[in-house]
Amino acid sequence: MFGEGTRVGVAQAPRDEGISHSEKRLDADSRWETFPYWILILGGIVGYLGYLALFDEAYDIAWSRISEGIGMTIRITLWAFVISLSLGVVLGLGRIAEADQTASPPVRIAATIGRNLSRTYIEFVRGVPILPLIFFLALVIIPDVTDMVGVSRQTVDEFWRGVIALSIIYGAYIAEVIRGGVQGIPRGQMEAGRSVGLSRLQTMRYVVLPQAMRSIIPPLGNDFIAILKDSSLLSVLAVADVTRIARQYSSGSFKFRESYVVLVFIYVTLVLALSFLLTKLEERMTRDRKGERG
Amino acid sequence: MIRVRGLHKSFGDVHAVRGVDLDVAPGEVVVVVGPSGCGKSTILRCLNGLERATHGTVEIDGVDLSDRGTDIDAVRAETGMVFQQFNLFPHLTVEGNITLALRKVLGKDKAEAALIARRQLDKVGIPEKVDAYPRQLSGGQQQRVAIARSLAMNPKVMLFDEPTSALDPEMIKEVLDVMLALAEQGMTMVVVTHEMGFARAAADRLIFVDHGQIVESGDPVDVFENPKEARTKAFFDQIL
Repeated sequence: MFGEGTRVGVAQAPRDEGISHSEKRLDADSRWETFPYWILILGGIVGYLGYLALFDEAYDIAWSRISEGIGMTIRITLWAFVISLSLGVVLGLGRIAEADQTASPPVRIAATIGRNLSRTYIEFVRGVPILPLIFFLALVIIPDVTDMVGVSRQTVDEFWRGVIALSIIYGAYIAEVIRGGVQGIPRGQMEAGRSVGLSRLQTMRYVVLPQAMRSIIPPLGNDFIAILKDSSLLSVLAVADVTRIARQYSSGSFKFRESYVVLVFIYVTLVLALSFLLTKLEERMTRDRKGERG
Repeated sequence: MIRVRGLHKSFGDVHAVRGVDLDVAPGEVVVVVGPSGCGKSTILRCLNGLERATHGTVEIDGVDLSDRGTDIDAVRAETGMVFQQFNLFPHLTVEGNITLALRKVLGKDKAEAALIARRQLDKVGIPEKVDAYPRQLSGGQQQRVAIARSLAMNPKVMLFDEPTSALDPEMIKEVLDVMLALAEQGMTMVVVTHEMGFARAAADRLIFVDHGQIVESGDPVDVFENPKEARTKAFFDQIL
């Protein structure tokens, strides 16, 4: 798809030639206005926090204790993202599932059930704040399920309870992202796919979803970052992430300043790094497909 | 080839098609005209099952579209549809657009599908655009690719839903020329259009639709010049 296809047959619009002399000078004059000062300021703040956390002796113990939780925070984030993305794809597509009117009754019933169950799930989860829902899922629903299945409650440990709770919650948010992306593709695409004989699922897979990806990826990245930040909520479940360790250490040592400087530094670094990576990924995905629309 | 009996289609309270009977013989070219909103596009869309009849039957080559057991995908693979807005797949090259269904529906391998794509592009006169993406093409070229995409499936019937209405005037002819050639080769065609020149040159039959019903039907020149119904006359007086 990206091989010969990217060879461009028609001249691309020239980038710079259209800008006249006066416009260029205006550009130079106003450069001080468009300069991204925020990067300097942000760099300064993060740099100062980093300096305290890493080089100030008073912060030594806090840093060495709390940074042990970074691995846990990253593990929670990755697992929760992978699971919630899978859930979100199923729920998002389920929410807009439709069957042909000529389809057999089982297919039509399945589509109707899928649509309604997905909608119920999404509306319920999005109707409860995240923290109470984490308590509810990890401490009520998951134990109920393990009891029902007849296994010990400790089969699912604190880590997985937390990850599953977070995944279930973000699954609902990601489902809406997927739905939005799919519904943003003009109806004519589905009709054209069907008209050449592709089935509904084939058209979805080969025509609609590849196009929807472009509009899905940016908000999906936002949810990835949101999961990273909200992994801190699992500290209420005795999962030893950076937030949990910081709370424990600070309340035991009364070194609140040191603990929370380190904690904020860790989060802001992780979030900015992830957001940088996602931006690069997004850029690459748009550059590789310049032949496409938009 | 096409047999429609007592076709009705409602969208909620809107009764778009009110009892249409239509037979199209193999190789026949039927042009459908009528004021906008008269239901002519809906009739066309019922012919390949994009819309499902509220009442009545639609048969394509003996297969009833409303039957529960009908494999609607198989019928559509044999019924080409060309849209006003082209509806090419923007993420695929011209070749990808044409070969997608060949590979996924007919199970052809990549090389064979590519060969068919090139042959169809030759037919519509733009073989050099095989690696271009749709947005790099003019409207007329896009519509010709859309026609090639349909033809590649070797359809028994071609349906055209106002194929030139979204085109700049200078591009209309290149698309109509392709359609004329297709008609001369004996393709069964149902064409919704405002291009009376095309109707004159290619149509075996002209059908005038108003308020979801066929008002008048016959030889194109007869209908143009001696419309029997007042509504038909009023319509042609306005557009000709």
